[in-house]
Amino acid sequence: MRIVKWLLAVVAGLVFSFSAAPSVWAQGVVGAPHPWEMGMQHSYGPIKDRIIDLHNLVLAIITVITVFVAVLLMWVMVRYNARRNPVPSQTSHNTILEIAWTVIPVLILVVIAIPSFRLIYYQDRTPDPDMTIKVTAHQWYWEYQYPDQGNIDIESRIIHDEDLKPGQIRLLEVDNQLVIPVGKKIRILTNSTDVIHSFFIPSFGVQRYAIPGRTIETWMEADQIGTFYGECNQICGQDHSRMPISVKAVSEADFKAWVEEAKKSASVAQLPKIASN
Amino acid sequence: MAATSDTHSHEHGDHAHNHDHKPSFVQRWLFSTNHKDIGTLYLIFAVVGGLLGGLLSEVMRAQLQFPNNHIVTEGQEWNTIITSHGLLMIFFSVMPALIGGFGNWFIPLMIGAPDMAFPRLNNISFWLLPPAFVMICIGLFMGESGSGWTLYPPLSNATYESGMGMDCTLFALHLAGVSSLLGSMNFIVTIFNMRAPGMTLHKMPLFIWAELVTAFLLVLSVPVLAGAITMLICDRNFGTAFFDPAGGGDPVLFQHLFWFFGHPEVYIMILPGFGIISHVISTFSKKAIFGYLGMVYAMVGIGVVGFVVWAHHMYLSGIDVDTRAYFMGATLVIAVPTGIKIFSWIATMWGGSIEFKTPMLFAIGFLFVFTIGGVTGVVLANAGIDEMVHNTYYVIAHFHYVLSLGAVFSIFAGFYYWIGKMSGRPYPEFWGKVHFWLTFVGVNLTFFPQHFLGLSGMPRRYPDYPAAFAGWNYVSSIGAYVSGIAFLVFLYVCFRTFTSKEHVADNYWGEGATTLEWTQTSPPAFHTYPEMPRIS
Repeated sequence: MRIVKWLLAVVAGLVFSFSAAPSVWAQGVVGAPHPWEMGMQHSYGPIKDRIIDLHNLVLAIITVITVFVAVLLMWVMVRYNARRNPVPSQTSHNTILEIAWTVIPVLILVVIAIPSFRLIYYQDRTPDPDMTIKVTAHQWYWEYQYPDQGNIDIESRIIHDEDLKPGQIRLLEVDNQLVIPVGKKIRILTNSTDVIHSFFIPSFGVQRYAIPGRTIETWMEADQIGTFYGECNQICGQDHSRMPISVKAVSEADFKAWVEEAKKSASVAQLPKIASN
Repeated sequence: MAATSDTHSHEHGDHAHNHDHKPSFVQRWLFSTNHKDIGTLYLIFAVVGGLLGGLLSEVMRAQLQFPNNHIVTEGQEWNTIITSHGLLMIFFSVMPALIGGFGNWFIPLMIGAPDMAFPRLNNISFWLLPPAFVMICIGLFMGESGSGWTLYPPLSNATYESGMGMDCTLFALHLAGVSSLLGSMNFIVTIFNMRAPGMTLHKMPLFIWAELVTAFLLVLSVPVLAGAITMLICDRNFGTAFFDPAGGGDPVLFQHLFWFFGHPEVYIMILPGFGIISHVISTFSKKAIFGYLGMVYAMVGIGVVGFVVWAHHMYLSGIDVDTRAYFMGATLVIAVPTGIKIFSWIATMWGGSIEFKTPMLFAIGFLFVFTIGGVTGVVLANAGIDEMVHNTYYVIAHFHYVLSLGAVFSIFAGFYYWIGKMSGRPYPEFWGKVHFWLTFVGVNLTFFPQHFLGLSGMPRRYPDYPAAFAGWNYVSSIGAYVSGIAFLVFLYVCFRTFTSKEHVADNYWGEGATTLEWTQTSPPAFHTYPEMPRIS
């Protein structure tokens, strides 16, 4: 096994050295919805891990409750139908039973509430972020700013159907991805310049509205290198379904290289403007 | 039911023996002040609203059957359709049926009152609805109300939705709101003052309790909606900036106001259904309702707590984490009274002698679907999990399980339970059962897969989606077509009922039906209770 890993590393290194940096990042995992998926998308971050844990607990509880109610219903339908039970009983009170079906649900809710409270405080914001990204929503594209990296500013727009390359996912690919370093706590600040949008990345377990006139803080962390897709999740007009989010999580070294590249291209793009002044 | 009507029809004959005076057609139907006629108008109106809203949902499911579909070509057109679907179903179908329709028909009959307290108020509260309906349709056909039924600014303000259609939609809500307000004041006064001697509050039928709590919820919540949409109309037309951050306003303020109305609104739609289900289950189990007082105070509790949970619709709007914690706790609490009701209904059936007539099938179906809708509500209450399912199809599945299945099942249960009383004619039992089974299979096929789509991250209000979501969307659309066919069967049932030559007895359900309306003829006389009934 170790040999295989070593070989892979060599191959990856070779590929890397033969090409210009950003386009050859190791592809990594892909966080996207799957056909016929019945549960939550796979987790690629610590917040989503915890969300899935809590959801599994709640799902188990509600499944038991639903099955219990269904079995009771089946039982009364079979046992107490008019043919088998022509004379109805006249019982209409049972204090112990009534107390039981009040108190037991309360206990079940307490079991759910304790981990649930813990989760919302965990996912709310992080006390020690490694970096900040400002997410600004527009009709109908996303803008990402990196204040800690010299204010790199990128606009991220959908790739339309006619421009899709083979292997790209329709309605989820964008021209400029949101690039983040893997394993870092990233503070997200959402904002909007027009209507309300929602910044939603299932793989990381993060979602916040982007509301004009206020900045909302949350955080996210990717635990693997890869590409992760999300979509705008608050109705925002004509192209609501055409402003996807695509995140590229890369190693720290790759991220630094990308930052330099992005700074350079940003300044290059601005040069003509400055010259014309 | 056919058997009952055979044996009893000769005893009662038709309503020809009601010698009371009936006005001319225009007098009777346009200027109506009779609670039964107004109830009938409401029910017809609800069917019309439901037809249009249902047609829109078939268009939506057809569009979503495949990715990259082009039945609806423009995003704006799509947004208008989903907005109108929501508003039509809520304000022009479910509410008119459960509150205006069954409420008007059966509140006076069940409490032994000759009519509502304010008959003319009753008339205007109905006649405000048709113009409101027309205005919603203007918004729809002009394609200018694409804000979603939640109407969140800035999307609904003059910059992003500049057309007159949006104003029409907002004024339609004003009219529908005033209609509900007047109706519910009338209900409250009637219930408090016109009960037959001996019918104390704790002896009141559960349907009356349900309508009473509903009326209070309306009186307390609708004015808040009216305030919010008035501010929105001012923002749109008169240069104010209540919700515009550029002028010092706040879009989130609208969300608070809207949901302060909007959350009680969902209980407004389901509580009358609770009342109907209680009577149906009690009647067909031939037993008194189990734990009557618990049932009453569960409804009151749901009504009270329903007012203090509104921000669970806004977990992602940037409200403080402690606030989220509070709203999460309060929301979870609602599961307790709801659980009490479910278990009390099952306990009512326990030991009973159950007959599976169509109303009972819908009632049992209600228990099942409402339980599913209820437990997914517990999932959504968790702000942490909500971060992943907020605004996804999971939410769509949840509220359609409690409303499109729960409230609508209770409407159909009420229809089959009382149609003989209201029309004097039996419904065709066989076709009623066909209607139930087609509906039950259809709606579950439509909405259960939407849980999967939501968990997997499919956002709502999308006319097009990535190919990964295609599978369950296809299943869901097939379910919608089955439900559509079921609705046609329902229309056939109506046709068969109204053209039937048979007549039903006063109390065609027999020993299980114990409330006052069963002491009246079927259909009841134009003016009932010329003499006050007494409750021992």
